[in-house]
Amino acid sequence: MGGIILLWIVSGLFGLALQRHKHLICNVIFPFGAVLSLLLAAVGLWALGESANIAVLPLGLPDLPLHLRLDPLSAFFLILLGGASFGVSLYSAGYFKSMKGRVLGLLCLEYHLFLASMALVLLADDAYMFMVAWESMALSSYFLVTTDHKIPDIRRAGFLYLLIAHVGAIAILLSFGVMQAGHGIAAYTFDAMRATHLSSFWSSMAFLLALFGFGAKAGVLPMHVWLPEAHPAAPSPVSALMSGVMLKTAIYGLMRITFDLLSVPLWWWGVLVLALGLLTAVFGVMFAAVQGDMKRLLAYSSIENIGLLLVGIGLVIIFHVYGKNALAALALTALALTATLYHSINHAFFKSLLFIGTGSILHATGERNMGHLGGLIRRMPWVAATLLIGVLSIAGLPPFNGFVSEWLLLQAFLLSPGLPNPHINMLIPVAAAVIALAAALAAYVMVKFYGIIFLGQYREPGLEHAHDAGWWERAGLVWLAAACVVLGLAPVYVVHKLDLVTKMLLGQGLGNSTSGWLFIAPVDIERASYSPVYFLLAVVGVMLVTAWGVHRYYHGRVRRVPAWDCGFPAQTARMQDTAEGFGQPIRRLFEPFFKIEREVPSPFDAQPRYHGQTDDQIWFFLYLPIKQLSVRLSAWTSLIQHGRIHVYLSYTFVTLVVLLAFV
Amino acid sequence: MENINLALAVVFQLCQSLLVVALAPLLTGWVGQCRAWLQNRSGPGVLQPYRTLHKLFLKEALLADNASPLFRVTPYILFGCMWLAAAIIPIIAVDLPFSQAADVIALVGVFALARVFIALAAMDIGTSFGSMGARREMLVSFLAEPALLMVFFTSSLISHSTQLPHIVEAFSHHAFVLYPSLAFASIAFLMIMLAENARIPVDNPATHLELTMIHEAMILEYSARHLALIEWASSLKLFAYMTIGFALFFPYGIAEVGNWGALPLAIVALLLKLTLAGAGLAGLETILAKMRIFRVPEFLGTAFLLAVLGLLIHFLLGA
Repeated sequence: MGGIILLWIVSGLFGLALQRHKHLICNVIFPFGAVLSLLLAAVGLWALGESANIAVLPLGLPDLPLHLRLDPLSAFFLILLGGASFGVSLYSAGYFKSMKGRVLGLLCLEYHLFLASMALVLLADDAYMFMVAWESMALSSYFLVTTDHKIPDIRRAGFLYLLIAHVGAIAILLSFGVMQAGHGIAAYTFDAMRATHLSSFWSSMAFLLALFGFGAKAGVLPMHVWLPEAHPAAPSPVSALMSGVMLKTAIYGLMRITFDLLSVPLWWWGVLVLALGLLTAVFGVMFAAVQGDMKRLLAYSSIENIGLLLVGIGLVIIFHVYGKNALAALALTALALTATLYHSINHAFFKSLLFIGTGSILHATGERNMGHLGGLIRRMPWVAATLLIGVLSIAGLPPFNGFVSEWLLLQAFLLSPGLPNPHINMLIPVAAAVIALAAALAAYVMVKFYGIIFLGQYREPGLEHAHDAGWWERAGLVWLAAACVVLGLAPVYVVHKLDLVTKMLLGQGLGNSTSGWLFIAPVDIERASYSPVYFLLAVVGVMLVTAWGVHRYYHGRVRRVPAWDCGFPAQTARMQDTAEGFGQPIRRLFEPFFKIEREVPSPFDAQPRYHGQTDDQIWFFLYLPIKQLSVRLSAWTSLIQHGRIHVYLSYTFVTLVVLLAFV
Repeated sequence: MENINLALAVVFQLCQSLLVVALAPLLTGWVGQCRAWLQNRSGPGVLQPYRTLHKLFLKEALLADNASPLFRVTPYILFGCMWLAAAIIPIIAVDLPFSQAADVIALVGVFALARVFIALAAMDIGTSFGSMGARREMLVSFLAEPALLMVFFTSSLISHSTQLPHIVEAFSHHAFVLYPSLAFASIAFLMIMLAENARIPVDNPATHLELTMIHEAMILEYSARHLALIEWASSLKLFAYMTIGFALFFPYGIAEVGNWGALPLAIVALLLKLTLAGAGLAGLETILAKMRIFRVPEFLGTAFLLAVLGLLIHFLLGA
């Protein structure tokens, strides 16, 4: 395990050393990193069934050596990291070929450091180790985001990311400080934190700080603003890793602290997390619907999915608090947790897939704005086919993987027992309704994403010469798409594996309530069951029989003609919906939530130009006031800051005198 | 004995789905005929959809120059999805072994899958009407789909199961109880059914004015066998929605597990219900006027709120 991480770092260094040999970096180092990812996933799969492995390294602070721990929860997220990064690294081998050698060498180092630090975050077993890994993750990803640092917009996006990441990191550090409870440096190990029992005030404090800190990293409302800026700025494989994997490390951290370190959650934590998750989910998907930039759209969709994960965690907390005694409620807690974990791994795969797909489009066309794309299914069949799978998965359609986790989550809502608190009881159905709404809007967003980019006519003349992805890139795309299909078709196996994690955290898994390997039935086959394999067989079988019947009894004659379009003679590519046009109904429907700027040309304009922009209200209501406040504060501070040494010396003197007088 | 029963049930399931596929155009024809009568026309007869399908299958398929494989395969996907939907709904009996593979949430998923594919196919050629139809269809569905899910949730919570056969069994074979939550759900369901099947007041299946189209705008570029399959799938969808409505709100007459003797009665009950419901739908379509497209979200928002209200009432009253 440690070997793999070390090898990652070493291969990154090799990348730096070999910056003159571009081909070596692309064709050897990135594939080697990919193999390491696969090994990591394999180790994770093995460790899932084992009890926790603990290692203490002779490094670190004088009284606090570095602690590592590999338990089922870490192992699960390591599988997620390894599985997704295998595809992304393969893809990177092809994607970064066009880069200059010097930049590529640095990028190779940062990329592998990023992977290694994410693995270390998952393995850390003391606060010091965790924070070191967490910060190296933030810094390496910051450098990756600002790869094209010559563009001012990218520098700005990177800075925003770094700022929010650090505000979050401070909160996490404080949370660890609260949990350490003043017991000295040795109490910074996670084992000591598990053993300490905090009063409900202090444990709530620790939880809130952790929620803020990890929420900032995950993009929970209102700390989401960095996501739609940083993702378009970063190179696509980096966006894929950040969105697919790095956001999950925040989810991991929240789970680790809530369920493992703070052993006794309180009910209102669950309500808070649930409400935040619902807000985030609806907000994310609503904004995704009105985006014109494909990577911003995906970034907002990530915000939505993080919201769904938070809803899952909130449900787990609520059920966990109220269902300590009842066995049925415990099973339900396990169900909600399984759904959450399942959705994390699903999102890791389909979001990475979609992001690297946009990378191929960007390479082929040089265009991120969907309004300038279109018709690419004819020029890029590999990318189009794999992204179709990704789009269907993220839209939560059977028999792909997004549906399974959504199904499990909805089942958790449906099976929720009468909770003793009537207010929470009312919250459950409303939450279910909001989740259903967000899922349906996600389908809208994804039809827009796929339809505008891949279907229709070429919106710009240059698109006819767009080229498909290269072989390395195809390998990455196919791996991630295949993972989406497998996770969708084999839920029984996956849930069986996830049971090992839920058993560790809750003491009970879904266990043997799944009957057979074809049907997934979380509680009872009479109550609910789903079999994606039969589902797929039925649909495909009917399709084949129909096609055979039609061609056998009638004919299969086809003639190619120009498009009809109700006989309108002049058709241009400009008459198709643009991204803005497709999102217009949503913009109109949820108008109060957006800040819309529009310039509509008057009929007398010689050169009519339409300009529309949709912005985030939160930016104006929350961030700009904070910015102004901090500017004003620093202006006041600068009153006593002259930069002259004798003034500072007199400050010191006055302070000394005051201290001597009082102490 | 177990195996024989299972085999019988599988055979029965196959027969039922074949029967549904064969009968679905008849229902569409009946609704059209009723509409014609209500509008004081003589009408083409209830068999007209079959004649249309036969004619379309005979024709040579015309494909736009830039149509991708997605465009060609979509009619088959649509047909497969609707067949699957029809196969898991208890229509005359609850012995449906396949319904274990897909419960009501998966049923909503099947409809969503079909919808996403037809919307994508509509955008494939790149005509202005195609993408307009796709956009409108997705607008209608993003409110109708969660509303349908909430209707299913209400009935699942009452019957403690998300599988339609178990829901029907719980509703039809236990003591007669009035559920206030189901009353809300049924109104919501009616509104969703009108919207999802492209009926007045949301959409007009018989319109010839492109700018008012939703469903028809998406399939403008289809012809011959592809169009035939889409039309057939649409009638299957209408049939499926009506039978879902019967299963949730009027399950009387549907045969119990293993009670093959009750089948004739069940068939008569089904035909009666379909005749009445078809006539009722035609009546509704005659007295209502089509809404402007931007009134549709309000209409569907009302349906969604009613469905959520039904669910809340269940949680509040436990009924």
